[in-house]
Amino acid sequence: MSDAPATKVLEVKDLSVQFRTNDGAVYAVNHVDFELGRGQTLGIVGESGSGKSQTVLAMMGLLARNGSASGQVLHHGRNLLGLSPTALNAIRGDRIAMIFQDPMTSLNPYLTVERQMTEVLELHRGMGRRAARLRAIEALDAVKIPDARRRIDFYPHEFSGGMRQRVMIAMALLCEPELLIADEPTTALDATVQAQITVLLRELQRDFGTAILMITHDLGVVAGLCDDVMVMYGGRVMEHASADDIFHRPSHPYTRGLLAALPRLDDTSAKLVSIPGNPPNMNELPPGCPFSARCRYVQDRCVTTMPLLQRRDVASTALRACHRSVAELDAMEASDA
Amino acid sequence: MNESGIPTVSAPVDFAPKGRSPWRDARLRFQRNRAAVASVVVLMIIALACVFGPMLLPNAYDSVDWDLMSHPPTRANWHLFGTDELGRDLLVRTLIGGRVSLMVGALATLVSVSIGVVWGAVAGFAGGRVDSLMMRIVDMAYAVPYLLIAILVVTIFGRDILLVVAAIAAFSWLDMARVVRGQTLSIKSREYVEAARAIGVPTWRIIFQHVVPNLMGVVVIYTSILVPGVILTESVLSFLGLGVQEPMTSWGVLIHDGAAVMGASPWMILFPAGALSITLYCANFIGDGLRDALDPKER
Repeated sequence: MSDAPATKVLEVKDLSVQFRTNDGAVYAVNHVDFELGRGQTLGIVGESGSGKSQTVLAMMGLLARNGSASGQVLHHGRNLLGLSPTALNAIRGDRIAMIFQDPMTSLNPYLTVERQMTEVLELHRGMGRRAARLRAIEALDAVKIPDARRRIDFYPHEFSGGMRQRVMIAMALLCEPELLIADEPTTALDATVQAQITVLLRELQRDFGTAILMITHDLGVVAGLCDDVMVMYGGRVMEHASADDIFHRPSHPYTRGLLAALPRLDDTSAKLVSIPGNPPNMNELPPGCPFSARCRYVQDRCVTTMPLLQRRDVASTALRACHRSVAELDAMEASDA
Repeated sequence: MNESGIPTVSAPVDFAPKGRSPWRDARLRFQRNRAAVASVVVLMIIALACVFGPMLLPNAYDSVDWDLMSHPPTRANWHLFGTDELGRDLLVRTLIGGRVSLMVGALATLVSVSIGVVWGAVAGFAGGRVDSLMMRIVDMAYAVPYLLIAILVVTIFGRDILLVVAAIAAFSWLDMARVVRGQTLSIKSREYVEAARAIGVPTWRIIFQHVVPNLMGVVVIYTSILVPGVILTESVLSFLGLGVQEPMTSWGVLIHDGAAVMGASPWMILFPAGALSITLYCANFIGDGLRDALDPKER
């Protein structure tokens, strides 16, 4: 992990999320800790159902009705969990903004882009319609929407997917938030547009000093954007380290599996690799490591006790949750090959 | 154009349309539906005739033509629809009756749509106990025999057109509330509602700014079904003698009176019944066209 930031925008301590369902309680997120400084980017990586989306929804107070969160989400020392809806509304969209996975459905089809953007400014800045409109046009310019002055009066269906995601980003940045939460912002877009959006986010971060919390299952996006990466599986943090460490010195079997599953364009002989098995059923997690059922290096105690999230070694800031040491894994992997 | 007559490219004309709303698309689709457009025209003609016809015609709705009583349609004295057994001009009475019927229809629809949309949207969006409570109230209102209540109300408070409107509206908003609630439940889970919550929009504002506009397709369609129903209900009440007071009239009253002498003077029921039928047909065709134009599946 990088050095402790001077100003912490967000500290998440021991965050857990559980849902009451007809099949009993489901523990979607368990004991997650992380912090985010000004201008930093943290990527949360994991497959579907790993709890990454629920982590941020809990932070924003957007959990479904049957969900509840425990722990602390500190925004400048103030715990967001348990704030009144009015107090939360004052922060959401203003200090902390969020963009969603599917730009096709996150804009209201019956309102012009102008109406949706000015609403944010009217709510948080008390701006008049005309001033808000000018500010909104600026924001659209900033995300490189050509001819923003005219396009702002369009309805969402008149924009392409990439354009709509730009609109979403412009909307999120209207109040110059300290923290931008991006829930799979590029998943619904095609590859070239993905790259444009990634570049755009990087530039905006540089210009505005916004901290970004990026949820994704696309490791390419992570490599392009993130300082730190948190790898989640089955609602638990498997590994939390700098992007450099994650890509060059992955220390957890799951992270290694994810990286091995990346298709390589430069290696034509390679066949597609996958991690055997299926994502875990959150109703029937083992008492130990949730990944144990699919792990190649599983041992008895993996199934029975959850490994603690610990430093990889004394010199490193990288955290990992695995009973096997890195040396052990390296040796076993070498003998496999 | 410059002096040489060649168009210059330096000053491009802005052909760009203003944003095309989903409503505009729907309007274009509606305009392609001939039956619906024709129905709109016919309905407009009927409405205009009802409003302005009595002003232009020489006869008053309550004046008696002593020479021509129970007379079949004739050009004499402009009795184009004939006269009733008191010698009153049936054309003017049909138009005046249309005024009442259409007004009651419009007013009762407006009231019931307003109540139904707000009730349904709030119940659906609030969910949980509020939703249960509000919808149980609707269920209870359903169980009340409305004709009985209408008869009671009119008996107690006398015959008043606003009372008729209230009696109709008091029961016709129930369906609207149910339909709107159902639709709200599905809209509530859309991402743009979550996005609105994520930018800190207060709940009441989400309901009226983000949910209600998206309900409008369904509301418009349902309203078009409601209007003929309401007009028909007014006719039923009038037919039962619970409508407007003589000599004022409505289509229901005219049909009621005409039915009594149907064998001897069939024109007395044919014209008002015809006007009512044509209006109901048109309303249904328009509803059909709106349904096609606003079909949510097309979005």
